[in-house]
Amino acid sequence: MGWLRNRFEENFAITTIDWALNWARSNSVWPLTFGLACCAIEMMAAGASRFDLDRFGAGAFRATPRQADLMIVAGTVTFKMAARIRRLYEQMPEPKYVLAMGACTVGGGPYYKYGYHVVKGVDLIVPVDVYVPGCPPRPEALLEGLMRLQEKIRKETIAKKAEPA
Amino acid sequence: MTAAEHAVGLSVQEIASLLQARFADAVLEVDADSKHPGIRVAPELWHDVALFLRDDPRLRMNLLRCISAVDLHPQPYIEVIYDLLSMRPPASSGGPSRDLWSCAGLIAVRVRLPRDRAHVRSVADVWPTANWHEREAFDLMGVTFDGHPDLRRILCPDDWVGHPLRKDYVFPTEYHGIPAAAGGVTDGAGASEDH
Repeated sequence: MGWLRNRFEENFAITTIDWALNWARSNSVWPLTFGLACCAIEMMAAGASRFDLDRFGAGAFRATPRQADLMIVAGTVTFKMAARIRRLYEQMPEPKYVLAMGACTVGGGPYYKYGYHVVKGVDLIVPVDVYVPGCPPRPEALLEGLMRLQEKIRKETIAKKAEPA
Repeated sequence: MTAAEHAVGLSVQEIASLLQARFADAVLEVDADSKHPGIRVAPELWHDVALFLRDDPRLRMNLLRCISAVDLHPQPYIEVIYDLLSMRPPASSGGPSRDLWSCAGLIAVRVRLPRDRAHVRSVADVWPTANWHEREAFDLMGVTFDGHPDLRRILCPDDWVGHPLRKDYVFPTEYHGIPAAAGGVTDGAGASEDH
């Protein structure tokens, strides 16, 4: 903090609780370590050094839902997996967010018509905050989705959650 | 070891002849020239044939590579296809250049079963590999393998209804309250109607 030292007199930092909370939350969105199919490979790429999700405070993939803020549903959601996803979501503490990554998760994708085993969109199981289409989406698209989520978090107040845009 | 024991690359026709000499009625069809050469055997003799294929010193089909089930709908049959391979161990007396496992013959064995009563004797006790492969064929095609030690579904949930890869499978409209209305349309209706 040398560049700040001795530049100010004793003073107050003035902000709102909303702003401070949202600043903290939006810049430490910890995702759940959770991949279902090929989209998870792109998610891993987004977390690795080339794209580096951690630049936006979202690189700390947690191995337990109890420590996670964000569920990136990356991959095809099957009926068999649906109950597990629901349970993982319920185990996450509030505030919690869901990012639907890829065509399968957004709406069934290529399995929409003939996939007897595929849920036609993860929003039938858990509420989704951000949809990232693509098959699979490139890591840049996932970063874009994350930044949209951060925008959304910054609009929250402690009084009530922001209306869906 | 005699030369006959290590005859390289037994042809399908030769394998069929060996089987016909041992089991008079087992081989129903020999298909030596197709892309997937093999024989069709009688389902009730399949387990004996399997043991013979594995244990006969001329054959030694010690590797079951795959089990496939094919729905021949609208013909009233399901065919189960067993892909067998004979892996020959390296000859101990050979030099370094021969010190490799090699293939001493391969064959596809088909078993044709009636669609509405698809039962066949399990070969999980002959090749342990068959255990999970037969569970998969049971799960997705509804072939029952009699004598299987643990014939449960392997991919679908335990409470799934029907066998999804059958040609006349009726798609579910919901599963545990999750709607699945889009599936199963085969008349070319648009996929964007209901969602």
